[in-house]
Amino acid sequence: MFRRPIARFVPDGTRISFMRGRWLGLATSAVLSLLSIGLFFYPGLSLGLDFRGGIVVEARTQGPADFGRIRAALAAQHVTEAGLQRFGGPDDVLIRLDAPAGKDAGSEAATQALVERVRTAVSQAQPGTQVLRADAVGASVSSELFRNGLLALGISLLMILGYIWFRFEWEFAVSAVLTLVLDLTKTIGFLAVTRFEFDLVMVAAILTILGYSTNDKVVVYDRVRENLRKYRSMPLRELIDLSINETLNRTLGTSSTVFLAALPLALFGGATLSGFAWVMLFGIVVGTSSSIFIAAPILLLLGEKRLRRDAQSAAPVRARPAGN
Amino acid sequence: MMYYSRLKTAAVIAVCFVGLLLCVPNFASLPGGFWRQIHLGLDLRGGSYLLMRVDLQTLARERLDSLTDTVRQALLHDGLGYRNLRTDVAANAVTFTPRSPDEHDRDISVLRALPGAGPNELTVSDLPDGRIALTLSAASLRNRARDAVSQSIEIVRRRIDATGAVDPSITRQGDDRIVVELPGVSDPDHVKRLLGTTAKMTFHLVAQGVSTDHPAPPGVDILPMQNDPKALIAVQHHVDVDGADLTNARAGQDSQTGQWAVDFTLDSLGTRQFAEITRANLGKPFAIVLDNKVITAPVIQGVIPSGSGQITGNFDAQKATDLALLLRAGALPAPLTVIEQRAIGPSLGADSIRAGAISLGIGFLLVVAFMGLFYGLFGWYANLALLANLVLMVAVLSLFQATLTLPGMAGMLLTLGMAVDANILINERIREEVKRGRTALGAMQAGFERATSTIVDSNATALLAHVMLFVFGTGPVRGFALTITIGIVTTLFTTLLLSRLLMVRWYALRRPTLLPV
Repeated sequence: MFRRPIARFVPDGTRISFMRGRWLGLATSAVLSLLSIGLFFYPGLSLGLDFRGGIVVEARTQGPADFGRIRAALAAQHVTEAGLQRFGGPDDVLIRLDAPAGKDAGSEAATQALVERVRTAVSQAQPGTQVLRADAVGASVSSELFRNGLLALGISLLMILGYIWFRFEWEFAVSAVLTLVLDLTKTIGFLAVTRFEFDLVMVAAILTILGYSTNDKVVVYDRVRENLRKYRSMPLRELIDLSINETLNRTLGTSSTVFLAALPLALFGGATLSGFAWVMLFGIVVGTSSSIFIAAPILLLLGEKRLRRDAQSAAPVRARPAGN
Repeated sequence: MMYYSRLKTAAVIAVCFVGLLLCVPNFASLPGGFWRQIHLGLDLRGGSYLLMRVDLQTLARERLDSLTDTVRQALLHDGLGYRNLRTDVAANAVTFTPRSPDEHDRDISVLRALPGAGPNELTVSDLPDGRIALTLSAASLRNRARDAVSQSIEIVRRRIDATGAVDPSITRQGDDRIVVELPGVSDPDHVKRLLGTTAKMTFHLVAQGVSTDHPAPPGVDILPMQNDPKALIAVQHHVDVDGADLTNARAGQDSQTGQWAVDFTLDSLGTRQFAEITRANLGKPFAIVLDNKVITAPVIQGVIPSGSGQITGNFDAQKATDLALLLRAGALPAPLTVIEQRAIGPSLGADSIRAGAISLGIGFLLVVAFMGLFYGLFGWYANLALLANLVLMVAVLSLFQATLTLPGMAGMLLTLGMAVDANILINERIREEVKRGRTALGAMQAGFERATSTIVDSNATALLAHVMLFVFGTGPVRGFALTITIGIVTTLFTTLLLSRLLMVRWYALRRPTLLPV
């Protein structure tokens, strides 16, 4: 174990013809992404506190939480529209409230006053109750956080596009970003199905997935670029297949280590981080498979005429020498 | 690629050693004052985060109100008349119609002579409908707003310091926001109440003979009593003594009644004004107004030359102490509204640290086992580099005294997963070169060379994404982005320099003909 490696994903010289299944891959991806977009509209994402505004109070009661008594105590404080939810153990309770509507709509002060009433009610309902967390986000802040989150997503997609364009050819950049958009829609669909709350931490998860997925594609592209120079007359389809196969052990290896690193977080990370970690795990699987089944076929479609146009005339390949 | 000068070797080892040393203060205290520690974020140690907005609209309106007052008094002083004197908040102006067209020119000259707060603060102009407008310049309002936010931060700091909070952080965010972080304060209610009070105290004469049922005549305000909002009292708008002229205020019990009260002392200007007012208005009621509510309106019993007085108003000990604190710290220039609050209890923080540490430990072990299994000796070198990576990440975070949050711990974990990517790239490359028939030396050389450009490319894209996240993210997300960004940099060091150094040293010692790939 300490000298030679004792395990490997695929033997050397593996030649799987991934590009033969390119239409199947693209079609599956398109269907999944369309379904996800459908899920985005119905039932939609469950927006977290950051983006929806309102109040979340998490409390730990002594002994099992008695929802009836907590509801009664809340009603005594004139808080009627609270959602109660078990959270982790039987003595953990989560109370949610939307930002006040009606005459107090949009009033930050009303939201802030409400959180104190909830806090009081919860501590009175059962003796010995501990308030673990009490968050209140006003409407102006939540819409701003949402805007910033989307802005961060948009700008990082653009920067990735720009960087790959700069380092490779535009076909690479466009196929990478198209694939990332497909990855992104699937992640949104995953969020809609699992009902994990979409909040700032999820935006961070999605951005990390995008970063990881890009990283994975860059490694394959890097090999494609190298092989374009090396095998001047090989058709692009074979060349892409060759490049994927050559990097397959690396692709699977790195996705495994990232997966293994994120797995404990999903299992033991506690309620705050496990949603984040599950989304990461989903993203790692999607990002890895999309490098092979989506990004490469799109590159083949975009580049078949262009990247190999010189091959027939046996003229030197016009690849940018930036990678050296 | 296969040669490390002694200097370079020494430098790489030195960096690792310094990193190790920088980590130590997080676990044990060291002598000397320059050691730095990672700060635990509020989500890990428990505490409160308050985001507040300074109400700049109110600030502008108040400035216009006082300007209206000034205009009224200036015109009356010169015996000039006016109609429809009003403040136009949208245009930042005070407008009125002259009593008769003959007075127009004199009105203008009186307005021109008004002292502004700065040069060009005020402009006088004629409106098409015959009204005269006195407009505040946008620049002066902006300056006033900026000063108000800085001043608010100062006052917030004084108020929070007075509550005895440990290690509070008060920072400005954007144009009109203040972030207050209070470690260890898991119920911010008291602080919120303290900060939500403007604490603008003024002394006014009561407008006698004015009915509180009708709209107030000009120059008179109808205000509620603090104890009973339904009870109204009419007071002169004019401020006779300003509470900003206080030099001290403290809570105490009245020696005769035993009631809680706040004793205050005025500065010399305030003392003189107070003496004059009390002398001129003996036997008349005098109202003490706090944030547009009348605390009390006692009848002036005698001249008060000393400038010290007592406020009584059905206080309990807490309220009296708070009021004294607020008066000492000074009034906020504009109201503050809490727009976001996050409060985390200490037990949740401890749970999170445990969960984070367990995940980090298990994740590290899993990655180490994978690398050993799949890459043999070079995998173990990668694991050594991974350990160094963890150490360096902690070291850099300590050096910057960065704040570690729960998402930050998640970021460290993901960095560990991604960090071995570079080693995997190098190893796979070396393996390919060996299969192509290169010698051990040639394969290692080519492996390092070819893999480096891929490593730089893939890390650069990851870096871009996380720098974006840091710039546009707020709160916990920034912590996550920060650790990953630092992690990418330390990863480049440990993989491109350290683990390669280990492999090169191994080669130099053993001179193997076969590589363990």
